[in-house]
Amino acid sequence: MNEPQQKWTETIEDSHSLFDLKLKEVWRYKDLIYMFVKRDFISSFKQTILGPIWFFINPIFTTITYLIVFGRIANLPTDDAPPILFYLAGVTLWNYFSTSLLGTSSTFVGNASIFGKVYFPRLVTPLSIVLSNLMRFGVQFLLFIIAWGYYLAKGQVHPNIWILATPFLIILMALFALGVGMIFSALTTKYKDLSMLLGFGISLYMYATPVIYPTSALRGVFKDLAFYNPLTGIFECFKYAWLGVGDFSPLMLVISTFIILILLAIGTVIFNKIEKTFMDTV
Amino acid sequence: MLALKAENISKQYRLGQVGTGTLSHDLNRFWYKVRGKEDPYLKIGETNDRTTKGTSEYVWSLRDIDFEIEQGDAVGIIGRNGAGKSTLLKLLSKVTKPTTGKIYTNGRVASLLEVGTGFHPEMTGRENVFLNGAILGMTRKEIKRKFDEIVDFSGVERYIDTPVKRYSSGMYVRLAFAVAAHLESEILIVDEVLAVGDAEFQKKCLGKMGDVTKGEGRTILFVSHNMTAVKELCNKGILLNQGTLGYEGSMLDTIIEYQKSSATASSYHYNGNINEALGNEKIKVKEFSVTPITGGLIDIDTGVHVKLTFENYLPNINLDTTFELKNYEELVIFHVGKLVTKDNDSKVGEYTVEFDIPSGLLNAGNYYFKLIFGKNQTDPLFIKDNFVGFEVENVKVGSKLHLYPGVTRPHFDYKIQTP
Repeated sequence: MNEPQQKWTETIEDSHSLFDLKLKEVWRYKDLIYMFVKRDFISSFKQTILGPIWFFINPIFTTITYLIVFGRIANLPTDDAPPILFYLAGVTLWNYFSTSLLGTSSTFVGNASIFGKVYFPRLVTPLSIVLSNLMRFGVQFLLFIIAWGYYLAKGQVHPNIWILATPFLIILMALFALGVGMIFSALTTKYKDLSMLLGFGISLYMYATPVIYPTSALRGVFKDLAFYNPLTGIFECFKYAWLGVGDFSPLMLVISTFIILILLAIGTVIFNKIEKTFMDTV
Repeated sequence: MLALKAENISKQYRLGQVGTGTLSHDLNRFWYKVRGKEDPYLKIGETNDRTTKGTSEYVWSLRDIDFEIEQGDAVGIIGRNGAGKSTLLKLLSKVTKPTTGKIYTNGRVASLLEVGTGFHPEMTGRENVFLNGAILGMTRKEIKRKFDEIVDFSGVERYIDTPVKRYSSGMYVRLAFAVAAHLESEILIVDEVLAVGDAEFQKKCLGKMGDVTKGEGRTILFVSHNMTAVKELCNKGILLNQGTLGYEGSMLDTIIEYQKSSATASSYHYNGNINEALGNEKIKVKEFSVTPITGGLIDIDTGVHVKLTFENYLPNINLDTTFELKNYEELVIFHVGKLVTKDNDSKVGEYTVEFDIPSGLLNAGNYYFKLIFGKNQTDPLFIKDNFVGFEVENVKVGSKLHLYPGVTRPHFDYKIQTP
C-alpha cells in the first residue's frame, strides 16, 4: 500500500503548558469577540425606551449621590477640585473596573451552557466582556469630557501632559480586571464561596481605592497600604492628569503595573488549567 | 488516511456533590504531586453502571478507549444510556479534556452537540446566524458568503429580522440547524440533535448530513438512539458499553451487537436466586425474553418471539397471564390474556408461556411490555409495568428506507382487478 504520510493537525490530551494563551487561536476567533460585544450591547437595551442613554444616567445619579453623601454629609475633601468632576472621574473609572471584574469573574459559571456544548478559546469570553465594558466606558468618558470642558472653560481645572497616559491607564485597569477576573472565574467553578466573597469584596474594595476621597486625605498606615493598591496609582494619575490635583508620583504607576502584570500571569496560569476541565466541576 | 485517532482515552468523573471534601481532595492531590507520586484518585473508581450503587466516589465514564476513523467515514456511535457516548463526544469536541490518553485529529473539527448554542432570544434571526456561526468557528466572511444559503435552507426567510424569542420552537431549530449544516469542516461531530423539529425537516437534515459524508467526503461522527437514522447514514459503527469499547465494525454488525449486548433491556433473567427474582410471594418471574423469530435483529419482517418463564406459588387456582404491549407514545398496541390453568388446577412450580407476534404486525419503533399475572381473570396477583422493551427496525421498501406512519405495518394479500 502506498498510503500518504499520516499527519495530525491537533492533539487533545491531558497536559498543558502554563502560559500558552493560544493568542493565535483567539485571533482566529476575533469575529466571535465582535459578536459577543454586539450581543451584550443589544441585549442591554432591547425593549428599553431610553436605550444607550442609560449609560449616562447611571454615572450622573451616582455622582449626585456621592456629592450629597460624601461631599455634603461626610465632608470628605476633594483636593480643591470641583466635587462634581472629582466624583464623576472616580465613578467613571470605578464603573469600568468593577463591571469588568464582575463580568469576567463569572466567565465559566455564567457561560457553562455554551462552554458545555462547543469549543472555542475560552479567553474569548473575558476579552469580550472587557471590550464591551470599554464601550460603555467610552460613552461615560464622553460625559466626563463634557463636564470637564465646562470646568476647564471656567478655569477651575488644571490638566497637564499626563493626560496622554490615559489610554495606558485604561489598558492597565482592563488588564487588572482581566487578571483578577480570570483567577476568580477559574476558582469559582469549584468553590462557589468565592463568588459570594467577590460580590461584597468589590463594594468594599471601592472604599480602599481613592474613588470618593483623595490619597492626600489618608494618614499613617492607610497611606502606606494604599500605595500597594494597584488602582491607587491609576486613579491618582487620572485625577492628577485631568484635574491637576492629588499626590501622584510615577513610582505609584510603576508599582501598579508590576502588581497587575503579576496578577495577570497568575490569572493566565489558573485560567489555562481550569479551562479544560471546568465542565466536570462547574 | 486517518481523520481521527483515539489512544487509550479515559475519563473519570466524581460523583455526588462537588463541594464537601473538594478542598481536601485537591490538597491531597497536590501533596502527592509535590512528592512526585501519581494522583491517588486515579487508581480508584469503578465502572460506570448507574443501576448499582457503587462504593467509590469516582467513576470511569470512559475507560481505555482506542479507535481509528478513516477519512470520509460516517461513524455511528451507539450504546445504552450512560454508556459514555456523550462523554466521548465531549472529549472529541474539546469541551472537556480526557483524564488520560490522547486524541489526534486531522483537519478542522466542528461539533454539534446542540443546535442553536448561544442563540440570544433578544437578537434577530440574522444576528443570531452570525453569532451562532461565530461560536461554531466560522468567520464573518464565511457566514456572509453562505448567509442566503443558510436562510434558504432554514425556510424562515420571512422572520429573519425578528427577534428569535418570537419564533416557534420549530423555526428556532430550523434556523439553528441551518447554520450548523453549513459549517465547513473536515470532521463533523453530531449528537442527537435531530430529535427535534418536524418529520419533514428531520428528513431534510438527514439528507443534508448524508450529502456531507457521501458527496463532500467529510468525516462524520454521529451519536443517536435512532437506529434507523444511524443505519441509513453511517457505514461504520462503534458500540460503547459501560464506558468501554464494546464493538467496532460495520454499522449493521454494530447494531446487531448492540441489541445482543443490551440483553438486559430486551430480556429479563433472574440471577439464579429465586428469592431475588422479580415478583412477590405468589409469583416470581424467572425469565422474559423478546427475540426475532428469524435472523439476528428484530425488524418489521422478522416477527417477535416472546417467552415468559415464571414460578407459581399458588396451588389450585385459575392462573392467567396478560401481555400488554405499548409503544413509546404510551399507546396500547394490544392487550392479550391467556388462561394458563382452567379448572382450578394450578400447581406450585415453573410455568412457561410462549407466543409469536407475527411479522408485519408492528411498525418500526420502540415497544415495551406490561405484564399482569391474575387469578380467575379478575384479581391481579402481580403487575409489572415498563418491563422488557425492544425496538423493531425499519426495513427497506425497494431501495428506500422510509418510515411509514401507522402503528402496524401489515402485509395484505391484495386482489387486484385490472381493466
